[in-house]
Amino acid sequence: MSQIICVPSPRDAADAILDFEIPAKKPWSHVVRKGQTLRIVDLHGQQAVDTLFYRADDFNERYSAQDTLREQGSAYVVAGTALISNEGRVMARVVANTGGAHDTSAGACSCESNTVRFGHHVKYQHACRENFVMEVTKYGLSKRDIPPNINFFMNVPVELGGNLAIVDGESKPGDYVELVAEMDILCVISNCPQINNPCNGFHPTPIRALIWEAAKA
Amino acid sequence: MQLTDEQKAEIAVNRANYEKLKAAGQGAAPRALPELTKKDGAPIPDGAVVARETVPGGWYHYGRLARGETLRLSTASGRASASLVAWNAHDVSERINHADSVKVQWSAALRKGRVILSDMGKVVFSIVEDTSGAHDALVGGSTAAANAKKYGGDFRNTRDNLILAAGKLGLSRADLPLPVTFFAPLDIDGAGRFVWNEAKRAQDDFVDLRAEQDLLVAISNCPHPFDPAPDYAPGPLELTRFRLPVPADDFCRSGSAENIRAFQNTDAALA
Repeated sequence: MSQIICVPSPRDAADAILDFEIPAKKPWSHVVRKGQTLRIVDLHGQQAVDTLFYRADDFNERYSAQDTLREQGSAYVVAGTALISNEGRVMARVVANTGGAHDTSAGACSCESNTVRFGHHVKYQHACRENFVMEVTKYGLSKRDIPPNINFFMNVPVELGGNLAIVDGESKPGDYVELVAEMDILCVISNCPQINNPCNGFHPTPIRALIWEAAKA
Repeated sequence: MQLTDEQKAEIAVNRANYEKLKAAGQGAAPRALPELTKKDGAPIPDGAVVARETVPGGWYHYGRLARGETLRLSTASGRASASLVAWNAHDVSERINHADSVKVQWSAALRKGRVILSDMGKVVFSIVEDTSGAHDALVGGSTAAANAKKYGGDFRNTRDNLILAAGKLGLSRADLPLPVTFFAPLDIDGAGRFVWNEAKRAQDDFVDLRAEQDLLVAISNCPHPFDPAPDYAPGPLELTRFRLPVPADDFCRSGSAENIRAFQNTDAALA
């Protein structure tokens, strides 16, 4: 998917109000206010960042992969993509991206699906769903509130005829994606711990999250 | 990033394993996918029928299926599209997961021989018969706003239908997983854009979904959002619930290494 347009950001890290490194394999969550910008940096390259959004004042409204793809008419999250909720509203927009096309059709890894994909010997390995459950339960949510997510920096081309597979990521060290929130959103991240496919180059690494205040009018 | 020799060796082993799984999963191992069902290829014996229902265009169905029962979705008119969700009847926190279904099976093309998985690495439905082979797992159904934009008015839509169906099963809008839609020929082009292929819709198409757990099921019969017809004119969806023995060489249970493991998980949980 080399035709994906690279859109760099004008923002300076020194102006960010939050600058946090998320260790390899770990979860993180934070409320991003309307107008604020969230940047996720793939520090070492080829690191999938499983991400969910919930409306901050009504968690029943949450990111919907299908609504996002329906409104966009195409299969990948790129610069310009509007991230749509299950109630059809724009939660955030991708305003900058240097990391290639991002997946939103292949969901998060779990201990359970890992057994089906890779064999029962991998059942007791850490997985994104473990991270998501640990993180969303802090807010009174449960497993049933975890819908299919966005996988930033995860490369899943869907071929004519439907074949799809996670292939080597296109993101290089330092590549990033930036979103501007269009409502107050709870952002929940699992820095993917998967070691059985190329989504993390078979070696999970840290990422960085930055937030900037809304631009003054 | 510096990797030790030990880390490099582990990465090489895991990469080789993955490439092997991918080649098998997108190949024909252990069995090639079956041919689509012929229109007269799977008559339901009268004695096997448990119940029948016809869902008018624009409406919805809600109900239960027992493990081993099959639900046939039929479109005599060729103008129905069926957006479906389901939950484990005994633990509704387990529900269909379209993302796991396409990822695990290495394909977004749900069709005869494939399965629909839950979020718990278990099988919800086996797609045991299918005359169409043209179904959508990625885009989901219509919404009030999408219909208003497309048809210029207030038309029944899948999002609201599924909220209503879930409500009548005792579930809330937050319980709704994202659906898969049968009789919705959505292809993808080389640039990743979704393309509707009307030629793949036909009168008298049907698909048989065998419940692999006791289930709660909700189905919406509304035009797919990419259906290019300018008028809102969905046809009726005919549902037939029936029970037949599972054949010894059942394809869905044995067609791929992934399906075999998913059935191992399912059978173990229900043993």
